[in-house]
Amino acid sequence: MSTTTPLERDFAVSAGLVQPKLPRGAGLLVAVLALGVSGLLALLLGWNPVGGLVLAAVLFVIGFPLWSALLEGRRSAVDRLATSLVCLAFGVVLVPLVWLIWMVVSKGLSAISIQFLTYDMRGALAHGGGIYHALIGTLLVTLAATIISVPIGIFAAIYLVEYGKGNRLARVTTFLVDVMTGIPSIVAGLFALALLVLIFGPAIRIGFGGSIALSLLMIPTVVRSTEEMLRLVPSDLREASYALGVPKWRTISKMVVPTAIGGIVTGVVLAISRVIGETAPLLIVAGNTDSLNWNLFNGRMMTLPVYIFQQYSSPGVLPAGEVGDPPGYARAWGAALVLIVIVMLLNLGARIIGKIFAPPTDRRR
Amino acid sequence: MSVSAPSVKPPRRVGDRLFAGAAQGAALIIMLALAGVFVFLFIEGLPGLHADERIYQPATNFASYVGPLVYGTVLAAVVALVIAVPFAIGVALFISHYAPPRIAAPIAYVIDLLAAVPSVVYGLWGGLALGQATKPVINWLYDNLDFIPFFAGPPSVTGRTMLTAGIVLAIMVVPITTAISREVFAQTPRLHEEAAMALGATRWETIRLAVFPYAKSGLVSAVMLGLGRALGETMAVAMVLSATPIVTLNLISDTNPATIASNIASNYKEASPDRQAVLIATGLVLFAVTFAVNFLARLVVARSERGVTR
Amino acid sequence: MTRTSFRRAIVPGIAVLAIALTGCGAANDNSDGSSSSSSDSLSGSIAGGGASSQDSAQQAWRAAFQGDNPDVTITYDPVGSGAGRESFENGAYVFAGTDSYITDDEGELTKAKDRCGSDPIEVPVYVSPIAVAFNLSGVDSLNLDATTIAGIFDGKVTKWNDPAIAALNDGVDLPDTTITPVHRSDDSGTTANFTDYLSKAAGGSWSYPADDTWPIKGGEAAEGTSGVVAAIKAGDGTIGYADESQVGGLGLASIQVGDSFNPPTAEGAAKVLALSKPAPGRAATDMAIDIDRTTTEADAYPLLLTSYLLACQTYDDAGTADLVKGFLTYILSEEGQQAAADQAGSAPLDTTLASKATDIVSKIAAK
Repeated sequence: MSTTTPLERDFAVSAGLVQPKLPRGAGLLVAVLALGVSGLLALLLGWNPVGGLVLAAVLFVIGFPLWSALLEGRRSAVDRLATSLVCLAFGVVLVPLVWLIWMVVSKGLSAISIQFLTYDMRGALAHGGGIYHALIGTLLVTLAATIISVPIGIFAAIYLVEYGKGNRLARVTTFLVDVMTGIPSIVAGLFALALLVLIFGPAIRIGFGGSIALSLLMIPTVVRSTEEMLRLVPSDLREASYALGVPKWRTISKMVVPTAIGGIVTGVVLAISRVIGETAPLLIVAGNTDSLNWNLFNGRMMTLPVYIFQQYSSPGVLPAGEVGDPPGYARAWGAALVLIVIVMLLNLGARIIGKIFAPPTDRRR
Repeated sequence: MSVSAPSVKPPRRVGDRLFAGAAQGAALIIMLALAGVFVFLFIEGLPGLHADERIYQPATNFASYVGPLVYGTVLAAVVALVIAVPFAIGVALFISHYAPPRIAAPIAYVIDLLAAVPSVVYGLWGGLALGQATKPVINWLYDNLDFIPFFAGPPSVTGRTMLTAGIVLAIMVVPITTAISREVFAQTPRLHEEAAMALGATRWETIRLAVFPYAKSGLVSAVMLGLGRALGETMAVAMVLSATPIVTLNLISDTNPATIASNIASNYKEASPDRQAVLIATGLVLFAVTFAVNFLARLVVARSERGVTR
Repeated sequence: MTRTSFRRAIVPGIAVLAIALTGCGAANDNSDGSSSSSSDSLSGSIAGGGASSQDSAQQAWRAAFQGDNPDVTITYDPVGSGAGRESFENGAYVFAGTDSYITDDEGELTKAKDRCGSDPIEVPVYVSPIAVAFNLSGVDSLNLDATTIAGIFDGKVTKWNDPAIAALNDGVDLPDTTITPVHRSDDSGTTANFTDYLSKAAGGSWSYPADDTWPIKGGEAAEGTSGVVAAIKAGDGTIGYADESQVGGLGLASIQVGDSFNPPTAEGAAKVLALSKPAPGRAATDMAIDIDRTTTEADAYPLLLTSYLLACQTYDDAGTADLVKGFLTYILSEEGQQAAADQAGSAPLDTTLASKATDIVSKIAAK
């Protein structure tokens, strides 16, 4: 194509050999035009910039396919429309993301210091104190929840896909997992507490109870995402493996699971992200304390979400003479920032692990 | 599976038996755990179904107490999904089929970050920043579209409306639905797509013809998981929504029905024993709602998948 | 791809990380037996929980008490009054905070007696004025009486320039803005005290009983004190009720007491509590108080919240008894009440009430 001169191409178009095509920079051109027109309108009519941006997006989504329809025909126009809608969707989703992150960072960054990360709240009032106890608590509780729910979730999904095949246990499990996705987190907490009280008596409040509650919330996400990913593994792979005489369990563990590992890891990370910020169940079962506790099985354990919630809902007052927001707010935002960073690192780690163990495939990414 | 049913059964190996046992055991554990939750809710919630009239205040009996809550739960979830699903699928497609492969992974990572934000923060952001930002929008909707019952107004002066709560829930749903969908899209057999391309299909036609049919069941799962989040979310809704026991289509006023989960979370703390029982009974109702929704979804998938084999 | 070296690096990497983490305790935590030199200092841990209204004060009390007794760990779960009472009754908490005094309407008092083996101790520890706060551009303070407040929250007074408000506020330039009353969406002791005030002080114009749950359908609602304050700040023409210590930056209503209009003050609230009569038919160890909402005393502020602590007279374990006694005695002391006032903006207890409560608490002992 690159060797054809413009003259030859014009000839080819008029002879009906080649579809006419929009020039390369067409999208950019329409985008600039849309922005310019709406910017001018917004300026003239005194709209706020957000209104102008919305108008620009609408103009682009209408204008670009329209041009294409006039020049290239209906099929191309639909394709252009889909492309612009997909890109637009992505752009719009970035807005709340950037907004949220900016809000947390701008409000939380000032609270972060070495002391904030290495002190607990013993003896801390309006000033001082930190999140060390909550940080350790969150890591331990979530780790234990992950250790409980990931094997159960993955094995259950393997059962559903590879062994169950529509028998009664598989159907009941699928049904239960479906129902489980909508458990309000507080109910999971109440259940975990009731379970522990049944065994250890009423005064029991331990970090591990929080792990139980969180795993109830994690399992459905792990099972459902893993199930989907396993189903997508082509049957040819399994059949090829069986044909070579490989036992079923080795086929699953060496063939099926590694093929789907990227998706499974995504599901697990999603499940962790989903529960690591849960407040209500942890407050009920793991309790609230100012002190550091390394033992999941003895005594209350502070966690970051509970810390955030407590600092936000009981922020205290500044000492007389100081003005500003109550002291709890800055701590709450700082802790929220730390929590997000933890999940970020976790996500990154999980992706690296997924990459290492995944077999080379023709997947797009 | 096509390899099964050989005439002579091969000897079952120890590893095979262990592995199958572990898988079955995991399924059984899930069953037991869920049965446990159900029994717990049932025992604790039963007295709440017919408690003293004053317990249900300002309603008078369980049905009138839970009615607006069920309605609010479904409404919030519907609003959230209507907003979230197109965006989630769009973003998933963007990552799997549109973005250059080199930047697709970082983009996916960035979207996953949305799932990392604690729900308390979503609540704060929704109630403060987003609520304020929606005020001009809901005023505009009220001025221009108030004949549509959704925008009947009067518009809230604080912006803490069902619309805001729906948007917040949608943003919480997007990362979950996006993540699962993009994995599903990425697993589409390359050959199908290349075959479509080779026949001269445009990119969109390829997606429509080769990707979507293959991904349908996965997409439903993705949406259902997102729906679960929307149905079960507590703190964010409780903090964003100006809630009152009322049934209304109005999305932009300050009177909105609460959701079951947020109602439990905000009222359980101060509740006396009788009222706690009522709240747990509403949790049972939420189970029923979740089940009904999932059941319907499975039915739809099963019907549309009849004849389509993968 | 250097996949193998990656895999090799993972395990030692995690191990190093784990060791690095386990190596350090909290930098300010010095309770490793280093300071238990004096023989009379307390040690051990006790768990309490309940009303979230006194959570800020509990933070202050814990900070000071644990500072004086480094080997003591006290926890307070801000799970709410109802959950706190329940956990106290079933023995999960050795003490509990509650915003409304315990009653036998649902058998809770009996259960508390069974748990303690005798009448439970119930002492007021936290007194805080509830402010009626509003956000109205150009207006910083208003005079309101209970009838008008009832009208506003009942939706009968809908504009800020309503004659009922104007009559109380000579010379204030009231705009023609719609009033948006904000109430708590969650059940709360603050709502109970606010509705109790309206039902007693507003004559017949408030027809609903006092309750934790907001009695009226509709209207702007928000979760928690922080939520109500945020909602008031978010709109123009909003008005709501919230703990006085958290309403900084908003306009405050002075409420009519007798013939004068009193702004919310800690002293005014403490004064009303001191004037109020004990609830009838309570045990000697139970200081439940029915707050006098209709007082006409000068400077009094009858719209207030009282939070109590529940404890037992006897505990099975001497260590627990000593700790509860020590902690509650500290809370009721002048020093403890001042600590709460500094951290939570509450009103220090009146000295007569405090000394009566201290007497009750001083009898806590082992069985």
